[in-house]
Amino acid sequence: MKRLAVPLTAALAAIGMTVSLWLIFVNAPLQWGKNSNDTLNMSSLFFNQKIFYFHVAHAFMLFASVFVAGTCSIAFLKTRNARWDDIACAAVNVAVLFGAVVLVTGSIWAKPAWGTWWNWEPRLTMSLLLWLILVGYTLVRQFAGASADRVAAGMAIFGMVGVPFIYKMVGSDSHPASGANGVVATLGPGMKGAFWLSVVSFMCWFIALVVFRVQSIRAARELRELREAALDAGVLE
Amino acid sequence: MASIVTQAGRIAWKDLRIELRSREIIYTMAFFGALLVVIYSFAFPAKADLVRAAVPGMLWVTMAFSGTIGIGRAFDRERENDTMRALLLAPIPRLAVFFGKAISITALVLAVSLVCAPLIALFFNAPLFEEAPMLLLVIVLGSAGIAVIGSVFAATLLKVRSRDVLLPVILYPLLVPLFVAGTNATAALLTASPNIDGVLVSDPNFPAAWYWIQFLGFYDLAFLVLSFWIFESLVIE
Repeated sequence: MKRLAVPLTAALAAIGMTVSLWLIFVNAPLQWGKNSNDTLNMSSLFFNQKIFYFHVAHAFMLFASVFVAGTCSIAFLKTRNARWDDIACAAVNVAVLFGAVVLVTGSIWAKPAWGTWWNWEPRLTMSLLLWLILVGYTLVRQFAGASADRVAAGMAIFGMVGVPFIYKMVGSDSHPASGANGVVATLGPGMKGAFWLSVVSFMCWFIALVVFRVQSIRAARELRELREAALDAGVLE
Repeated sequence: MASIVTQAGRIAWKDLRIELRSREIIYTMAFFGALLVVIYSFAFPAKADLVRAAVPGMLWVTMAFSGTIGIGRAFDRERENDTMRALLLAPIPRLAVFFGKAISITALVLAVSLVCAPLIALFFNAPLFEEAPMLLLVIVLGSAGIAVIGSVFAATLLKVRSRDVLLPVILYPLLVPLFVAGTNATAALLTASPNIDGVLVSDPNFPAAWYWIQFLGFYDLAFLVLSFWIFESLVIE
């Protein structure tokens, strides 16, 4: 089962993405809105709206990974079992990539929708801040030497606790609302299926990458521990 | 509990007494802060309305920059004399060590802000003292937040070679909500509106200021509790 985890989730992601590409670009209608007098209104994005399916799917994973990393870091500090730390580190590594996708696709969306590549609109600020915390975590991991795991775990936990404050700080926004009664609920019939399939397939892709990364981090750590043990035992020079 | 407070008080008093004798950190921090204020006066155009808008940011950027320097130095002192181990071995709870450090660093950051705020008021003709008690409350809460989170990570980075670079890398993303709240609270206290003659007179926005003060209070409290809980597992030697 363990060995199948990566191929299985990756295969699911591949199938899901192929189907959702078809759903997004062929099946789902173009997005446009009408005023009461039957003229097109400002919310019409037409083809530009297609990036939404990728943007939101990646954003979900970015937010989720902050909590995955925070929770696993708590478990790591409590149990001192480095396996938890491997998961936290892997989740952050992959989430840095996903976060970059969120920010870039968000900018591409913002240009036609709001006329600017970047405004300091709350949801943008929040994604950027979370992404910066994750990038900081990666830097600490890389350069903090022997105590890197503890420092990074602390940063992940502080980052997770900071999320409600960031959320409160940014306040209400003009971003398309997410959640059950937000933009997802207003999606047209052809769009909803494409959206959820895209979310699920990118989630599978995320899980595949994280599991893969966990395996490589764990292998590297075990190799390092073995080497240290061998040095202590005098087997290695 | 009472004993922890007295023990923390002793640690803080020890730090402050060393500082009062050498005056190294406070002089260098305050001079650095003053230099920043001078640099701002070249960097920002000296127009009355622009300055009013920029002053809160100046104050908080100064606190962030000089605060990081002070935190780094305060812990370097323990490292240079190798007294951190002695502190951790002392027959007192580690919470007391952390709490004492946080108190003494709060005092340092506060002292520097109290030097820089009048300088900003002087160079930019900013009405910082019209709401002095509330502004002081904002600065105290801000300094405490910087000191609490800073102490946790400076203590864990003690043995790391690149700690001077990593400390801001860790702190700034985590402290952004604090800086935003502090800046907003200061800005609310500095709000001005034109009177009948069109001259700007101060017209503090107390509800907004109060909102951000509460935000700072909750932020400090949350991270203080978190630090209490996590400090011990982060600094194990």
